[in-house]
Amino acid sequence: MGSQALSQNNETFEINLGPQHPATHGVLRVKLTMDGEYIVDAEPVLGYIHRMHELMGENRTWAKYLPNMGRIDYLSALSYNLGYVQLVEKMMGIEVPERAEYIRVLTTEMNRISSHLLWFGAFVLDLGGFTPLLYAFDDREHILDLLESVTGSRLTYCYYRFGGLYNDVDDDFLTGCTQFLKRLRSRMPMYHKLVTGNVILRQRLVGVGPLSAEMCRKYGATGPVLRGSGVNYDVRKNEPYSIYPELDFDVPVYSDGDSMARYMVRMDEIEQSMRIVEQCIAKMPQGEIKAPKVPKLIKPAIGDYYHAVEAARGTFAIRAVSDGKNQAYRMKLRAPTFCNLSLYQEASKGMLLADALAFMGSLDLVIPEIDR
Amino acid sequence: MDLNLVHMVLFLVGIIAFAAGNAAYLVWVERKGAARIQRRTGPCEVGPAGLIQPLADGAKLMSKQIVFPDGIDKPLFMLAPMFAMIPAVMIFVTIPFGPVGFGPFADFMIVAREMNIGLLMILAFASVNVMALLLGGWSSKNKYAVISAIRGVSQGIAFEIPLVITAITIVMISGSMQLSTIVEAQAGGFWNWNWMPLQGNLFGPVSFIVFFICFLAETNRAPFDLGEAESELIAGFHTEYSSMGFGLFFMGEYANIVIGASLTTILFLGGWTSPFPEFVPVLGASSFLWFLLKIYLLIWTVVLIRWTYPRVTLWSLLNLAWKILIPFALINLLGSAVLIKILPMLGL
Amino acid sequence: MNKATIITELRALAAEGMPDEPEVVETPASEEPEEGAKKKKPAPPEPRKNGLLELDYVRRGVHVDVQMAADQVVRGAEILDAEGLQLEAITGVDWIKENELEVVYDFSYTGGECFRVVLRVRIPRDEANIPTLNDVFPSANWHERETYDFFGINFEGHPQLENLLLPEDSDFHPLLKDFKGL
Repeated sequence: MGSQALSQNNETFEINLGPQHPATHGVLRVKLTMDGEYIVDAEPVLGYIHRMHELMGENRTWAKYLPNMGRIDYLSALSYNLGYVQLVEKMMGIEVPERAEYIRVLTTEMNRISSHLLWFGAFVLDLGGFTPLLYAFDDREHILDLLESVTGSRLTYCYYRFGGLYNDVDDDFLTGCTQFLKRLRSRMPMYHKLVTGNVILRQRLVGVGPLSAEMCRKYGATGPVLRGSGVNYDVRKNEPYSIYPELDFDVPVYSDGDSMARYMVRMDEIEQSMRIVEQCIAKMPQGEIKAPKVPKLIKPAIGDYYHAVEAARGTFAIRAVSDGKNQAYRMKLRAPTFCNLSLYQEASKGMLLADALAFMGSLDLVIPEIDR
Repeated sequence: MDLNLVHMVLFLVGIIAFAAGNAAYLVWVERKGAARIQRRTGPCEVGPAGLIQPLADGAKLMSKQIVFPDGIDKPLFMLAPMFAMIPAVMIFVTIPFGPVGFGPFADFMIVAREMNIGLLMILAFASVNVMALLLGGWSSKNKYAVISAIRGVSQGIAFEIPLVITAITIVMISGSMQLSTIVEAQAGGFWNWNWMPLQGNLFGPVSFIVFFICFLAETNRAPFDLGEAESELIAGFHTEYSSMGFGLFFMGEYANIVIGASLTTILFLGGWTSPFPEFVPVLGASSFLWFLLKIYLLIWTVVLIRWTYPRVTLWSLLNLAWKILIPFALINLLGSAVLIKILPMLGL
Repeated sequence: MNKATIITELRALAAEGMPDEPEVVETPASEEPEEGAKKKKPAPPEPRKNGLLELDYVRRGVHVDVQMAADQVVRGAEILDAEGLQLEAITGVDWIKENELEVVYDFSYTGGECFRVVLRVRIPRDEANIPTLNDVFPSANWHERETYDFFGINFEGHPQLENLLLPEDSDFHPLLKDFKGL
């Protein structure tokens, strides 16, 4: 790096941000063309952690492909698990017992909280504040412990099964969740006092990286990015799946479209997810956790199927084409951050370097999910 | 003459030891402090409570190879870390630590070479620090380092102006550039210190805050550590430095923090004078221990600020300097001048 | 968004390319033999004709499924764009038995009521050209580059048809069914 540009007399110069860079949280590379501290062009270069999950989907059986779902977005793996098992259940027409549905939603929402907490810490770290990261990790650690106790893994979960769950939750887990919620409720005001109300943070986020609703639509942005631009769209509400229609929760929407709005959407989503978890614990029915008749051999009928769920970063959708065999003919994974990042090039034009990195942080990127 | 030479040599050794020891152990304090804030343990492996850790780090840094990347400007590359450390040591020469305050040498002044223009000399040497950033960033032939150097220079220049103007205010009040005179003028309790709005200077608190912010910015400390914004510029101007090249930058940074704290203490917090000379006769009315206590309290504040706040952007930083701090410092200067000179002339 | 408008316009558009069979509307609630590959069956039935199907959302996850000719897809996207839908994904499917590649466009509505539309285009495998949607939906840029990566489909008029996820010097297309690994 560096060798030519310093000797040139050009007005602009290029910087390689990544593939190893503290702000990209993974192996994303952004080719920046800079005019001083201003960004003329920022072109994301992808593929550094591309693993071809879609091809794996074509040469593994439906059941064997399940563990792949925990490895696409390693921060909210359970949403991806949920999307995949629901797709297969949709194809096979499997009815899932109610208790299993409640546990699914409960664990997915806990996972969403942990994902948002990690984002919160990493985002403030991008802005130069180190301490909130460790506070957030402290809270997240409790979620990981709880989820480990039922799923057996801490990060790349593979907990759901076609028609049910891997194993049942016990009372210890439920009381653990209740205690954790109590703890997190008492800590959220601290986060807001320490970070949200901080004058420097507001200065760095308010008005930075404004995205209009129209631009989000044109670029296919979903999740908190879209909701931060004033569009009330959440797959859990608009296209209800599982037991979400029976639960009482709000979709936080902020209309400013700037980084602060996206920040606030995620912070409010933590609160809403806590509400969902509480209701799940309160309403948790007794009964089976597995559907009685799940065929040993999954051979969906010929045709193609589409299923979308709300992952922590936006709409995760799978388009599966089945040719009636025990493997998928085509498995398309629609990753939310792939689309959310695609607007970066246009939106970051003319920004300051520091603002562009704050903006990138506010998109909540998980690189393995973009590259798949 | 001979005795003078011995005095000088002893003090030089002492100053270098003080600067290096402070740099080493402030890192420990910072790491332990940060750990405490973040509910961690911090260094705990090497020695009791990790107390040997700085020495181990130093040994590691010294034993590492110095890497010279291709195409760098080698003389400047080697010169830059020295520019970071040498002025810091030079400044310590003129900083008076105060009298011993007790025992047989109670009146012995701990200072290598007191000067009647001490403040001027300190400010002059302090501005050399910007050269270290510029040379280090420029000669590394790394774009991140160059951006960092440019940021560092614009930041250094912007904050030096209010810093100097505020220092001039104090010089006007005390009527001297000699640091010990400035301190003596504040003797007699904390209400006499320059940051209190009682002693002929209504703008004391404002000057103190302006000076403290400038001190944070001048030493490139968070939230003004734009030069080393690790989420933007990797390690900033010292990205390409390894071994003691990096070590000197690091020590220079901490030495500068000690200097900044010392200067703030001397100019605003009464230097080595006790806050309650009448009521609390601990450590005597004036002792270098008071001075050390005050600077370490200030340094602790700096550490707390670093681990609490996110980083500002370059633009808001420069806006803060040019649009807020400089006008405030100028108003402050004028106000003090009116209070000190013009009101007595009118017989008020 | 007006569902009826979208359905009418898309139906008219998809029918345009086939003057001899203007209304190819099959009943959706039957089984699912509309667009699958009938490789197992001894005598494969007729391949699906261009036209619009209204599918059972609960079973299939989409409301409207339109197959159209390659030169109609930009117009189709414009119809959906005018009604405020967003492009969710573009992908391909390799129907190697029929020597065809299928490009699948998924659209969804984010403004309230759930409405998903899928456009599909069948193109010959050895002449895989299709116009780009880049001017209608900028998000198509990356999706099309990804599809180019995986299937080698040439999106005509794309401003930067380079490898996105695969290495920039790769000359293989892993999701083609005749890809044999490296």
